[in-house]
Amino acid sequence: MALLEVSDLRTSFHTRGGVVRAVDGVSFTLDKGETLGIVGESGSGKSVTCYSLMKLIPEPPGRIESGTAFFDGQDLLQMSPKQLRKIRGNRISMIFQDPMTSLNPYLRISTQLIEALRIHTNIDKKAALKKAIEALEEVGIPGAAQRVNQYPHEFSGGMRQRVMIAMALITEPDLLIADEPTTALDVTVQAQILDIIKERQNRLGTAVILVTHDLGVVAGTCDKVNVMYGGKLMESGTAEQVFYNAIHPYTRSLQKTIPSLQAKGENLYTIAGLPPDVSKPIHGCAFYPRCPYPKTGAPEGDRPQLVDAGDGHCFADCRFCDSSAPIETVLPQKDAGDLAGEELA
Amino acid sequence: MSDHSETAVLADEPVPPPTEASEIAAEELEEGSSLWRDAWQRLRRNKLALASLFIFLAICLFCVAGPWFSPYNADAQDLFLGAVGPSWAHPFGTDTLGRDLMVRVMEGGRISLLVGLVATMVALLIGVMYGAVAGYLGGKVDSAMMRFVDLLYALPFTIFVILLMVAFGRSLWLIFVAIGAIEWLTTARIVRSGVLGLKKQEFVEAANSLGFSHMRIIVRHLIPNVLGPVIVVATLTVPAVMLLEAFLSFLGLGVQPPDASWGVLINEGQQNMEIFPWMLIFPAFFFALTLFCLNFLGDGLRDALDPKSAKD
Repeated sequence: MALLEVSDLRTSFHTRGGVVRAVDGVSFTLDKGETLGIVGESGSGKSVTCYSLMKLIPEPPGRIESGTAFFDGQDLLQMSPKQLRKIRGNRISMIFQDPMTSLNPYLRISTQLIEALRIHTNIDKKAALKKAIEALEEVGIPGAAQRVNQYPHEFSGGMRQRVMIAMALITEPDLLIADEPTTALDVTVQAQILDIIKERQNRLGTAVILVTHDLGVVAGTCDKVNVMYGGKLMESGTAEQVFYNAIHPYTRSLQKTIPSLQAKGENLYTIAGLPPDVSKPIHGCAFYPRCPYPKTGAPEGDRPQLVDAGDGHCFADCRFCDSSAPIETVLPQKDAGDLAGEELA
Repeated sequence: MSDHSETAVLADEPVPPPTEASEIAAEELEEGSSLWRDAWQRLRRNKLALASLFIFLAICLFCVAGPWFSPYNADAQDLFLGAVGPSWAHPFGTDTLGRDLMVRVMEGGRISLLVGLVATMVALLIGVMYGAVAGYLGGKVDSAMMRFVDLLYALPFTIFVILLMVAFGRSLWLIFVAIGAIEWLTTARIVRSGVLGLKKQEFVEAANSLGFSHMRIIVRHLIPNVLGPVIVVATLTVPAVMLLEAFLSFLGLGVQPPDASWGVLINEGQQNMEIFPWMLIFPAFFFALTLFCLNFLGDGLRDALDPKSAKD
């Protein structure tokens, strides 16, 4: 049985401007020790998906409309706040985007590291502190025994993110949700942080959900990838499937935006237009207005469902554009011919 | 473990062997709440605040213990003596009824300090909890709670006190209640606005994601972050409360003769200011000195409570 089985998750925000369907029917599964990458533009529902799993959506205005999220046989979405508190920080932990604000400035690192441990396990203070120091050492903080008594402002951004990782993993959770853990950090530190997450994951057998809009990060670290757009999955599959055999026009467009894959001296590729306004009803494919492929029909009806293209590689079958048209994707295409055939089928 | 870490940052810090240090750390932790202990460490380095603390404690001691060592009784009148200036027998002089002013300043100080500190404590306790809960819960609960605060703000203070006096009779405790009930409103507003800003920060979300209860988040994570402004308010509240007490006494609603408070003594002194200046000077001096000390102390405490102000 999969560690996490999410099906038909729908989360909306009831605002004055209407109902914003931030997550609109997302399903995926995650096994023990696996890494799932969720990619997409800002506002595509990546973070809301994760927050919904932890039930950290502020209610109101947010509301989880429907869906199930079975974590180790229990539905997270049906749990009482008390049950949830036992899971949060203990079996599912989270790392946040901005390490500068995700530590309490008024408490020592030791206090913050120990707090989670002491709440979830029967451990005495001394043992907890020892464990906290070990946890800091494991994420590569030199002089951990001294550093543990310092305050967050005495740490740099990269160091703070390491502390956050140590804090999230100190209870050895089964699932780690990392919500853009490297976005606020500079590039060299990004690589270190990802290395550490990877290393800790291998050691502890933790499953990881990595939310990012950096496709390079996904390619390097993830087993599975979900591509989200307008609150729905556009494409999902193994990292290889999604990267080398991308089917959906949106995934292909995203790939084109990777700067390192573009020739030097050229303007960076951007996807024209804006992400869809999910507070308004969307007919047909949400990506239609921005789709670079020749259009074959006007979008109508419901948003396209995910269909399996084989081997668990799913994509939202849009049928409103001619994606068999020549694609100038820069990634090496393994079976471009097959792809086109599959999509037309 | 990755070894491409930011060792350079630490280069200037001596690094003792880790085992030893972890023992030290464990010992330090045993001593409990690190926030207050650290604050005390930092406060000790602030000369002005420390001096203020000692002067303030000295004033408290003077007022509390003083009357036991004085040969005079605060309400013992000596009408033949009348008002005389400071002398060896009466270091602060006597008032128009021949009562020893030093004992009266001590006795008055007991009441003024008690009212000032207790009412402020009550106000802070209620205000901080109320404001933090309102700010943290937000939404409709917050609106309802803050409208209640507005309602109390609108209530005329004097009428409120008179009503209390009529209903429960006159007592010192009622003054605490009345003053506390008014003064917590400002604290609640300040704390609420602080918490509203703080709860958007990721460390609150992180605390939530680690499975902490709401109460724990409010008490351990949010309130320490708003203590800075609260302390400043508190140091301003103490004198305000003392003045309120003097005002109530003046209206006949507070401390009644022959009992005295600094407010009452200053009021009496002010009436005889031109003929018997010592009657104003001594109580006013103690009043002012106390307020000075509390202000410096509050300022120092605010800096001490903020880990970022530490120079170590």
